[in-house]
Amino acid sequence: MIQVENLSKVFRGGEEVTALRHINLKVEPGDIYGIIGKSGAGKSTLLRCISLLETPTEGRILVEGADISRLRGRELIEMRKKVGVIFQGYNLLMQRTVRDNVAFPLELARMPKARRWARVEELLEVVGLSDKARAYPSQLSGGQKQRVAIARALANHPSILLCDEPTSALDSFTTRSILELLTDINRKMGVTVIIITHEISVVKAICNKVAVINEGSFIEQGNTREVFAHPASEITRLLLGETGGSIQ
Amino acid sequence: MIETLMTNQTMLLEGLGETLYMTFFSALFAYVLGLPLGILLVVTDKKGLRPMPVLNAVLGWVINIGRSIPFIILMVAIIPFTRAIVGKAIGPTAAIVPLVVAAAPFVARMVETSLKEIDPGVVEAARTMGATHWQIIYKVLLPESIPSLVRGGSITTITLIGYSAMAGAVGGRGLGDIAIRYGYHRYQYDMMIITIVLLVILVQVIQSLFSLTAKLIDKRGR
Ligand SMILES: Nc1ncnc2c1ncn2[C@@H]1O[C@H](COP(=O)(O)OP(=O)(O)OP(=O)(O)O)[C@@H](O)[C@H]1O
Ligand SMILES: [Mg+2]
Repeated sequence: MIQVENLSKVFRGGEEVTALRHINLKVEPGDIYGIIGKSGAGKSTLLRCISLLETPTEGRILVEGADISRLRGRELIEMRKKVGVIFQGYNLLMQRTVRDNVAFPLELARMPKARRWARVEELLEVVGLSDKARAYPSQLSGGQKQRVAIARALANHPSILLCDEPTSALDSFTTRSILELLTDINRKMGVTVIIITHEISVVKAICNKVAVINEGSFIEQGNTREVFAHPASEITRLLLGETGGSIQ
Repeated sequence: MIETLMTNQTMLLEGLGETLYMTFFSALFAYVLGLPLGILLVVTDKKGLRPMPVLNAVLGWVINIGRSIPFIILMVAIIPFTRAIVGKAIGPTAAIVPLVVAAAPFVARMVETSLKEIDPGVVEAARTMGATHWQIIYKVLLPESIPSLVRGGSITTITLIGYSAMAGAVGGRGLGDIAIRYGYHRYQYDMMIITIVLLVILVQVIQSLFSLTAKLIDKRGR
């Protein structure tokens, strides 16, 4: 279980930007939790705090009851291995083959070679890319690249997978197949998924819970069906397209 | 012309050998010094893995100073230093010292540029996987920028061929020395032309070799 308590993030240096204000979030094991909001709302900052790339200015992030937000050195590095992250831009190593990309986190964890390759094979099978093992990222489509990124993020058996706009660069057909893969991983491997998006369709398709973020604050959160059936805020209604406006 | 080429064959080959010798070893040592310096510049940058503004600024100044001194002046100015290191101030081996001093800061900037071309998102992804700073340097930054580093290597090497010709003018020997001694001092223009043609061919060959290598190892496929 992941619990975010009273999380705030202020960027200093130059003009002060308050990216997150008193965020509270409770993610149960097995959830696919959607966080939706428009550009600049603070989504990525929240995810970067949870993935330990950013230190919160205030508040705590509890995983299995322990605060992970202020770890340092070795402990920080070990904790990062337990949380998988995927990005909109895939962020693959361009000079490595698909299998070497997937092997990368295992290499970092110093897993012996024989076990490493067995694990890579397993992971490529999960994401359906066994036949592309020796290809380079530049030879893959966007959807395939994101599959490689997913395989790589799952390599060290994380219990949590964080996704920052994983389908924003993909067409609707490919988006659907990636979302199906994420759902599959969630069901079969019991990986808790947090997915950030500005597309309502993504939340509707796979998220059992949702939080709506605006100007750094959660303005609504709960079960997807309930939130979307009775949107309490203007922003949510806008996102749902009920007022006919567009958020972009 | 052909006759001049034939009669001076041995000397020209020797000169070519000396030029290659000076260029190769000065490039090698310039990278031994410049590569770590370039990495340090990137790591200590304010957006780097471990920002250290003061060290970064000092390093930047030192490198800029090194790069702004004209090579001829540098070469003369560090003669005592050269003597202390190789025991003499004349000859191809002695020329390597000022060549390295001149090229190392250049290499550092070149390496810095190559490493900074890497998408910060890739470094970030490595961090989320628990990579240490060292692992990021030798498993992400360096391997991902190798094609660019090789391209930089050709610029460094060719610059060094030019510098080594200058070093030739003040006792460094090599093709530059021959061009000046015979062509300039003794008005043997055909000798001058031959050495220049040799230098041009040398530069073309080196450029092609480096470009081909960079193209073959780059997996980004353009
Ligand atoms: N490193 C930083 N320094 C200063 N301000 C920052 C930094 N990172 C983000 N911000 C600011 O914090 C706010 C939230 O940014 P964030 O990237 O979290 O938004 P987002 O919801 O992910 O937007 P998008 O949908 O465009 O990705 C923005 O105003 C942004 O300018
Ligand atoms: Mg974002």
